[in-house]
Amino acid sequence: MTAAIELRDASRAFGSVVALDRVSLEIAPGEFFALLGPSGSGKTTCLRLIAGFDQPDSGQVLLDGVDVTDVPPFDRDVNTVFQDYALFPHMSVAENVAYGLRVRRIATVERRKRAAEMLELVRLDDFAERRPTQLSGGQKQRVALARALINGPKVLLLDEPLGALDLKLREEMQAELKGLQQRLGITFVFVTHDQGEALSMADRVAVFNAGRIEQLDTPRGLYTRPRTAFVASFVGSANVVSGALAEHITGRCTPFAIRPELIEIRPAEGALPEGLLAAAGTLEGVLYHGASSRCHVRIDANTLLSVARAESAGAAPLPPAGSRVRLAWRPADAVMLES
Amino acid sequence: MLRAASRFLHGRNAFYVSLLLLPPLLWLGTVYLGSLFALLAQSFYAIDEFTARVVPELTLATYRQLVTQPANVDIVLRTVAMAVAVTIACGIVAFPVANYMARHAGPKMKAFFYVGVMLPMWTSYLVKVYAWRLILAKQGIVAWGFESAGATAVLEHALATPVVGGPSLSSSYLGMFIVFVYMWLPFMILPLAAALERVPASLLQASADLGARPGQTFRNVVLPLALPGLAAGSVFTFSLTLGDYIIPSVVGAPGYFIGMMVYQQQGTAGNLPLAAAFSVVPIVLIGLYLTLARRLGAFDAL
Repeated sequence: MTAAIELRDASRAFGSVVALDRVSLEIAPGEFFALLGPSGSGKTTCLRLIAGFDQPDSGQVLLDGVDVTDVPPFDRDVNTVFQDYALFPHMSVAENVAYGLRVRRIATVERRKRAAEMLELVRLDDFAERRPTQLSGGQKQRVALARALINGPKVLLLDEPLGALDLKLREEMQAELKGLQQRLGITFVFVTHDQGEALSMADRVAVFNAGRIEQLDTPRGLYTRPRTAFVASFVGSANVVSGALAEHITGRCTPFAIRPELIEIRPAEGALPEGLLAAAGTLEGVLYHGASSRCHVRIDANTLLSVARAESAGAAPLPPAGSRVRLAWRPADAVMLES
Repeated sequence: MLRAASRFLHGRNAFYVSLLLLPPLLWLGTVYLGSLFALLAQSFYAIDEFTARVVPELTLATYRQLVTQPANVDIVLRTVAMAVAVTIACGIVAFPVANYMARHAGPKMKAFFYVGVMLPMWTSYLVKVYAWRLILAKQGIVAWGFESAGATAVLEHALATPVVGGPSLSSSYLGMFIVFVYMWLPFMILPLAAALERVPASLLQASADLGARPGQTFRNVVLPLALPGLAAGSVFTFSLTLGDYIIPSVVGAPGYFIGMMVYQQQGTAGNLPLAAAFSVVPIVLIGLYLTLARRLGAFDAL
């Protein structure tokens, strides 16, 4: 099957800053794909190349198998939901939504009908005559969605779509976007710096760092089998142990990552069950998070491991801060990383 | 003492604000608007034909004279035609410059352009007008430029145009038009650049993303959002042209303009009511223009 979107060795530099460094990527039709990374990692540049707002210095962009590297945005079958929504302030909500049809010279009657349908899809039918300034953040977001979808694109690009919304609204919109994508069956590509968002919505995630893709995997794959220390600590939080300490614990000098929730706190003395790996340290402090607590245990001068501990009713009480403890985990739970 | 005053003012917002506003309002009200209304009131006064003295006797005779005497109507029409032409030309010339300043220039280039646009305003207005008379003179640099380029025929052809032409650029309406456009261009560029700067780049990208070609994006997004700036700039260029009396008296054909008429009627001719009636014309025209601009939605994007 032809990829909906393909990047081949795409590079882009701004002056001396390399924003994208020979990135190759294939996104399948109908996929919900996330570009995840910290700011300046190249994820937004990548999206802009796909939308056509920017051209790569070298490499190619293909849509549906066709090279569109030099095709301007208005001739690409791709639509974008902008981070600041970019609604036209001098047009009503309905006019904003119908804009894509207007510039394609679709008749007014047809335009009105389809704009009304799109507004119904995002449940804003009562707001058609309002101006964008009269809408809340979540409503603007939905207008931007309706406007981007009216041309029936094969690919929808979303640039930090939920960044400006508050927490509760963000969670609602996550579910709404996911549902919308499944109903429409088109490819969604979204940029985010929020790993939780990427994990909960995307089918696959490309993790960007310093202009390159560090790892491209399913959310579960990223979380359970991070390949590099960057991915391990950026996606979820992981304890990364390297150098002499890693060798001391595992007997190999490759760095490894262990998730906080997979570590068990045991008394410093006493026998260790067969097969567990362990490291001794000092309990420095405990942060209570409600459902769980975060314990920080110092192993040596450079290493502070974080342990998540479920706050269930039967949990044994923790020793006081400053006590010596032993951290233990199953060898299979530790993920070996590329050094 | 100061603390006691501050404490007294704290919480008495209305009093505080009126205290701050009173002096400027007094100034604006009495000196500025007051004198303007005094002048306008003159336009309704009669003039004694024999002694040429203003008699405080309300009459519409001056206005009748303004709208019925063909010479006066000509002056108004000539001035309005020039103001409209200058405004349109300023808009057309200013748009690309303002667009470049607002959207494409880097910080250094932008500063250079802002200084460049405003620099001519730092020098004397009279110096510039007289400089232009020399530039546009029969043996001036413009004529010389056309000659060097072997295009004298083009210039002659332009000067042969009826009404706007003349013996040389400096003694034709064409030359006057050029000087007006030069003079008022900064007043169009600055508000236009400010308006364009407020248009986020993402709106233009969104338009292109939805399938609009550059021309469509310009018509549907850039132009409507720049309209308040264009309207503000055009009020400047339009009213400045309507009221100016120096440029028409230094450069151009001998036909009278409103400003010259006001100057002459209140000075040498001593017909203050007619001068006042002439100065009402630009006020009424600007009022009409603003109403029309508002009706057309020029300020909707504000």
